[in-house]
Amino acid sequence: MIAPAPEKLTLAYYPGCSQTGTAAEYDASARACCAALGVTLVDVPDWTCCGSTPAHTVDHVLAGALAARNLLQAELTGHDRVTTPCPSCLAALRTASHHLAEVAQPDNESPEAPEADNETFRTRVERLLDRPAPLRAKAVSLLQVLVEDVGVEAIAAAVKHPLTGLRVAPYYGCIMNRPPGLMAFDDPENPTALDRLLTACGATVVDFPFKTECCGAAFGMPRLDMMQRLSARILGMAEDCGADVIVVACPLCQMNLDLRRGQVNAAAGKNYAQPVPYFTQLLGLALGLPESSLGLSKLVLPLHPALETAARRAAEAEKAQAAKAPLKGFAADKPATGSDCKEDTPCA
Amino acid sequence: MQTPMRPPLRMIDLAADRDPGFQTEVAHESGQLLESCYQCGNCTAGCVYTLDYDFPVHQVMRLVQLGLREQALSCRSVWLCATCQACTTRCPNNIDVARVMDVLRHMARRAGFAPEASVKTFTDSFLASVAKHGRVFEAGLAAVFALKGGKPLQDAGLGLPMLTRGKLSLTPHEPGGHGKAEVAAIFSRFHRFAVQGASAHSPDATPCGCKTEDKG
Repeated sequence: MIAPAPEKLTLAYYPGCSQTGTAAEYDASARACCAALGVTLVDVPDWTCCGSTPAHTVDHVLAGALAARNLLQAELTGHDRVTTPCPSCLAALRTASHHLAEVAQPDNESPEAPEADNETFRTRVERLLDRPAPLRAKAVSLLQVLVEDVGVEAIAAAVKHPLTGLRVAPYYGCIMNRPPGLMAFDDPENPTALDRLLTACGATVVDFPFKTECCGAAFGMPRLDMMQRLSARILGMAEDCGADVIVVACPLCQMNLDLRRGQVNAAAGKNYAQPVPYFTQLLGLALGLPESSLGLSKLVLPLHPALETAARRAAEAEKAQAAKAPLKGFAADKPATGSDCKEDTPCA
Repeated sequence: MQTPMRPPLRMIDLAADRDPGFQTEVAHESGQLLESCYQCGNCTAGCVYTLDYDFPVHQVMRLVQLGLREQALSCRSVWLCATCQACTTRCPNNIDVARVMDVLRHMARRAGFAPEASVKTFTDSFLASVAKHGRVFEAGLAAVFALKGGKPLQDAGLGLPMLTRGKLSLTPHEPGGHGKAEVAAIFSRFHRFAVQGASAHSPDATPCGCKTEDKG
């Protein structure tokens, strides 16, 4: 990859509704990490709800208008790239941009289509907005900004307290990378951005097969039974992989796996206990940021027991290494193995 | 855990039930080439919701191809799709299957079908909250859904852990400027155009169910 641009990285920032309430710690830790890594975030002024999932399930133009209003507001910051930590907001904003770019077609493909439907998505959105729709603003996930703009090498160089010994399951959620044509980030079936970022933080990333499986999304309220079944699968797989923590990038995944853990455990008859921090919280810890700025106390399942396990594991590994040291001379010519944090796990 | 609901076996009279314009309508609204679906089942193979569906997603696609309007619009599956995008990502013919499911849900709403009432209630309550506050007011949404969704105590146990961690604001975080009014205007225009337009088939009031008297 080409070296990052020397000028300071500044983007518009769209927090999203969850980040003012149930996911306040995601917002706080995202801002803290960006500040520490030299990324300036300019809040989208007077932002409103992007429409999230409910809007597109009712009407695509309504969803487009709710998202487009925020893209217009983002353009007011003078920065055309707007970043958001929330994958749901990201999908809403990117979907709107995608369809706003569609050009009018004289309906050659479906000649039977009703004639009145010849107008574009843009015209319909503008009718709801009652003003011209945005042209330039484009949303990008915070994870993508950190991994691609800041870069994994720069992050690794900024790490002060590596998360040595901490076994993490990277859980991307279903829409961070899907569909690939729309999200245009990482691999849709086996994304690795989070893996690379956490490895740079010194953590041990387990090979997690359920990286992009759905957790039950917004069904926690209307169909708790469905969400319980799906989240239990994620937790079970993380346990089978020997993960101490499940790292998330989505406020809805976090809520289902953490806040609703009691409900999930009760339905599954299990006692899954892994904490579910946001990736920005672990990144913040690795960068040496104060815990209070990362909102660790807001996690329902506390992170500290896992950090203590990791510290113990790291200490034991160090002791074992030291015990082996006298033998090291014999193997001096052998190339070092196991330096890569990615390791084989039984579930691979 | 709830037992997945399968439809009772019944004969489908293909000739009698067929609505030849249905596939064209869905194709037009979704912008997808529906005749290219050759029923490989890749969408269903990756769908984690199949267990809860009455028709697996590839069969929903087939219902559309066969022009079986009522079966497609009255099925539970279109309401239980979470838009996780696995189907869209994996379709070998590049059909945006999740968008087709979305469009079927829009059409089902307009036709007055809502076999998963609680999903519709949740969606309507969410949008009512946005229309009223400009942003989702989570505590308000939870309270409204608890009352309207018929499961008032389901999430009662979540209140305390959220409150003690400062995760549940009891007052809405409304946008400071014109945002709140602009969002309300978007909703009112949406309702007005939907009622004026031919697409307003909904017999009852507003197409997204968010009436201003909602207390979200």
